[in-house]
Amino acid sequence: MATRSYTSRRELEQHSFPPAVALLVPLGAILLQALLPRPFPRFAILDLPLIVTVFFAVSRRNPVAGTLTGAAIGLLQDALTAQPIGVNGMAKSVIGYIAASIGIQIDVENLTTRVLINFGFFLLNSFLLFLINRRLLGLTNYHILWTHELLRAAINTVVALPIFFLLDNTKRRE
Amino acid sequence: MESFLTRFKNVLVLVAILLAQTIGLAIQVRRPVESGAPDSGQVTLLRYWAVSIVTPFERFFHGIGSNVRGGWANYIDLRHTRQQNHDLQEQIARLRLEQAAFAEDAIQGHRLQALLDFQQHYVSTTVAAQVIGTSGSDLSRLVYIDKGAKDGLKPDQAVITPDGVVGKLRDVFPHTSQVLLINDQTSGAGVLLTSTRIRAILRGSTTGRIQINNLTPDSRIKPGEQVLTSGGDQVYPRGLPVGTIESIATDPDHQPYTLIQLRPAANLNQLEEVLIITGTQPALPLEAQRDLAKGASTAEAQAAAAKAAADEQAAEAAARSAAQIVADRLPSMHDPDHPETNDIVKTAGAPAVAAPGGVVPHPLPTLHSDRYTPGSTPSATDLKPGGGENTPASNPASPSTTAPANPPSSTEKARKPKTQTTPAPNSEPQQPPNH
Repeated sequence: MATRSYTSRRELEQHSFPPAVALLVPLGAILLQALLPRPFPRFAILDLPLIVTVFFAVSRRNPVAGTLTGAAIGLLQDALTAQPIGVNGMAKSVIGYIAASIGIQIDVENLTTRVLINFGFFLLNSFLLFLINRRLLGLTNYHILWTHELLRAAINTVVALPIFFLLDNTKRRE
Repeated sequence: MESFLTRFKNVLVLVAILLAQTIGLAIQVRRPVESGAPDSGQVTLLRYWAVSIVTPFERFFHGIGSNVRGGWANYIDLRHTRQQNHDLQEQIARLRLEQAAFAEDAIQGHRLQALLDFQQHYVSTTVAAQVIGTSGSDLSRLVYIDKGAKDGLKPDQAVITPDGVVGKLRDVFPHTSQVLLINDQTSGAGVLLTSTRIRAILRGSTTGRIQINNLTPDSRIKPGEQVLTSGGDQVYPRGLPVGTIESIATDPDHQPYTLIQLRPAANLNQLEEVLIITGTQPALPLEAQRDLAKGASTAEAQAAAAKAAADEQAAEAAARSAAQIVADRLPSMHDPDHPETNDIVKTAGAPAVAAPGGVVPHPLPTLHSDRYTPGSTPSATDLKPGGGENTPASNPASPSTTAPANPPSSTEKARKPKTQTTPAPNSEPQQPPNH
């Protein structure tokens, strides 16, 4: 009779990444995000930094690491915009935390799960940005167009899947 | 306590980070009073670090892209260049004429402005820059250019393209600057509606459209009206094109104001090169003055040419009437019995009239040949000695329209010449045959 021992998902599948990957991939995502909309204005609908934040958070399965990764990426993204620094930082910190917490509970290698979490996190990001801009910053003319946000979430989900697949190869299993 | 921290470590870290960022946000939104204004020193420093990390890569990729595009455009894709050059030459010629038309008005306008002691500011110096990157977010309409404080740029300087207003400089770093586009939600500009001369405030929006929402309904404002900068905001010089009114609707958020949507004059989504206005002056720049003088001289030349053409036309008309009188008096050119031939005569006579005295009118082809018709004379071998009846007339009369409807054959003509020599009432008296 086979013996079974209890091991949590976190212990089983906690991944880490080489420092170069952990540093260069978010930087590359922010750089691409800044470069692509110039020749292709439609690419502004993408949010590559958010895709990277979600990927690192669910792969590391560590809420503290997810929060810090999200905060760092969001703050760097904010520094390139005209918005006050911290808008994206706060939103991505929350998303990093939740993504890492979900990663502990469910199998995030599954394709369907990835579709759902990406779609959900993009909608959550839009909602958090709306809250921060409208409530914290008091921008009364800030509106959210839900049809546009749904479309944005769908497009980003489609783009996120191959990126997740590529980044899977950079994982360092422990 | 230790167990509490260990147990809630994750949540505490999240709360601490959110709290720190909230405080940071509170400090930032307190500092700049005006929307779209540059940040405080500390925030600018943070942005400067971020920009310093990102812009070298942006410059690198932009350089590669520019070289590839330049190589393609300058060496490979030169098809249709000749045709384009031809079209552009034609366009220049057309624009010269347009410029000439406007020059007179402009000179008059300047004269009136001088009389009224009106202080107009003209763009005197600009710095050209290339767009190297964007903010990467469609919630923040901002682009980066490759010129900065070292090139003489300062915050709040206006950025334009030849098509119209683009935005203004926000944060200026040593070698890079941020351009806040006019369609950003924090942007604003004082504008003037061209036909109605109504002043308004233009704002960007979260959707990236530019709009005016401080005007009450006015039936004079119509879609298609052009909007220019008014110069009242002390950022954009007066008279720069901003856009065209696209739609007018009631503003649901601010009753009873209207929401006027504009289509920007400059293509804000595909910016490549921009001009930063670094200086203005009360008088027209030298180059513009030269252009104006050239336009005025072109206008004078045009007027002189028009006058010469009018004189020539008048002379031509006078000559034409003289030629017409002569043509009417010529009996061989006019026969009331055959008006259809008169029309032909008149038509054929037209070129001769156009150049009086210069062209000899050609004889018309013969409608009904007779013995007087050139070429109908029998050859010398056919002539018999003493056959005076066969001798052709010495006067190859004009293609007289007195010929009968069914002309006889040449032999018949030889036999009965007298029947054909009856002069017409209006025709020239014919000479007797030369025996």
